[in-house]
Amino acid sequence: MAEPITTLLGGTEDHDLTKIAEYRAVGGYGAGLERARAMSSDELIDELQKATLRGRGGAGFPMGRKASLIDRKSAKPKYLVVNADESEPGAFKDRQVMATVPHRLIEGCLIAAHAIESSDVFIYIRGEYLTEYEILAAAVEEARKAKLLGGVEITVHRGAGAYICGEETALLESLEGKRGQPRPRPPFPPIQGLYMAPTQINNVCTIATVPLILDMGAEEFAKTGVPSSPGTAIFSVSGNVVRPGNYELPLGTPMRTLIYDYAGGIADGRELKCVIPGGSSVPALTPDQIDVPLDYDSLGAIGTFFGAASLIVVDDRCCMVQLALRSTKFYMHESCGKCTPCRVGTRWMVQILESVEAGTATRADLDLLENVGDNILGKVLCALGEFAVYPVDSYLRKWRAEFEAHVDGGGCPFHGESSLEGILAPSDMHAHTPVAQEALV
Amino acid sequence: MSAFHEEVQKIRERYPEGSRSASLQALRLAQEKHGYLSREAFEETADALEVTPAFCYSVATFYDMFNLDPIGTHTIEICTNLPCGLCGAQKVVEAFEEALGVKAGETTEDGNVTLRAVECLGGCGYATVVAVDHRYRHNVKPEDVAEIVEALGG
Repeated sequence: MAEPITTLLGGTEDHDLTKIAEYRAVGGYGAGLERARAMSSDELIDELQKATLRGRGGAGFPMGRKASLIDRKSAKPKYLVVNADESEPGAFKDRQVMATVPHRLIEGCLIAAHAIESSDVFIYIRGEYLTEYEILAAAVEEARKAKLLGGVEITVHRGAGAYICGEETALLESLEGKRGQPRPRPPFPPIQGLYMAPTQINNVCTIATVPLILDMGAEEFAKTGVPSSPGTAIFSVSGNVVRPGNYELPLGTPMRTLIYDYAGGIADGRELKCVIPGGSSVPALTPDQIDVPLDYDSLGAIGTFFGAASLIVVDDRCCMVQLALRSTKFYMHESCGKCTPCRVGTRWMVQILESVEAGTATRADLDLLENVGDNILGKVLCALGEFAVYPVDSYLRKWRAEFEAHVDGGGCPFHGESSLEGILAPSDMHAHTPVAQEALV
Repeated sequence: MSAFHEEVQKIRERYPEGSRSASLQALRLAQEKHGYLSREAFEETADALEVTPAFCYSVATFYDMFNLDPIGTHTIEICTNLPCGLCGAQKVVEAFEEALGVKAGETTEDGNVTLRAVECLGGCGYATVVAVDHRYRHNVKPEDVAEIVEALGG
């Protein structure tokens, strides 16, 4: 028997792991799964807690602890829901996992379902991921035919285009066939989640890491990374670097190493201006902050978030007001409309940023922008409103002079040369020309 | 029973009885059948799900992938979110607009192609990402546009 695979994407270099036979040849659906199934629910949850696998979707909540909160005494069915609605700008790692190691995700589902005594798994995949859906659905079918599911039913459920459905309670609403609007908490999903039954919700990368823990043992798993954040993570690197892409590295790897050694540094001989480290929703870092180790606590200590482990690297050609404006237009477009501060506030932020970019704003408008943000934070049901504010607030604080230059100089100091100049957002597409019926016949 | 009705019943079986969980899949099927979600499509979906057309309409309006108006035979969707934007997505939008003779958000006069800017498609490391009939094309540059448009005919 070969050495157990220790990384999420391990084995993909020389095997086509979308095929069940090849996945089994590298140890998949093997000793780890058997070990898990031989354990009681309590023993398995203990093992997962020992591994301190922190959620890879954004919040970083330990997966084993989440499983321990499931109301297993409930008379209702227990559900495992995998969040494959990856929609955070900058994130494209779940997609690679589903496309290249779908069986590792399925095996993770089987183990996690066993832990919470569930026989019903739903994988909620964003609607745009059509190819990945086909690969994953085919893999589930292969596993079913090979009689590996052990009485667990796995359903791949397609979304239909809504960023908010990555938020766990919005996802549950959407999975129940409704508009994807977040629910008030409590009750939390481990008590009342899908169909008001106890529900565990985890990100694709979190669940796909579970088989590694069972293959290696929790103690061995916890030796990689840093004590507070063990294991490896797939980091998505995008923007102005030489080699953008996904890189799987131990947690705690310095951000500088990822950007300069793995991703090849800043493209086109430009200078680094900022890094948005967790997907577009988190506070940005300045070039002097990139020696930070890439783990939950280290990033938290400098006022940002690990988030979706997705680094957007921005070079000196980019106007920070345009960056803020394009980012805010996204969150405005994706606001579900349920909470007034988010629905109205994101639109207001866009209007202020547009006037700053156009050179018609005053310095008081910059204070107003901050104030609108302050009135969204903590006053909404879910994190989307905060995701709109965190980045813009950081741009305003750290690149204040650039915002003031727009105001004082009566317009954009990049004079049409910014890398985001004129960038269109879907919310700008007011023109809509339906085709005449006869043209379709 | 229509084939559509039967297919929706099969989807419903996978979810707890009485749940509306099949709604997105049913609407997607109806859209494929009718080309877009017309009044008739909503009524047919509502019948199959045993809910009201108003419920189906309220769901459909929430999600970007449902078309409430007729669209072209083909769709070209360009990601213009930050990572693609930083790597030149706007130039790709403009190249498509010029090649097709329409603005983003519009459909060509012959009804062949609908062009859209869309939010992040999850291909940020391969900017610019363009979904052509829902299949992703990576690293699209303005010089690739002519070939993509030509392949769609019209």
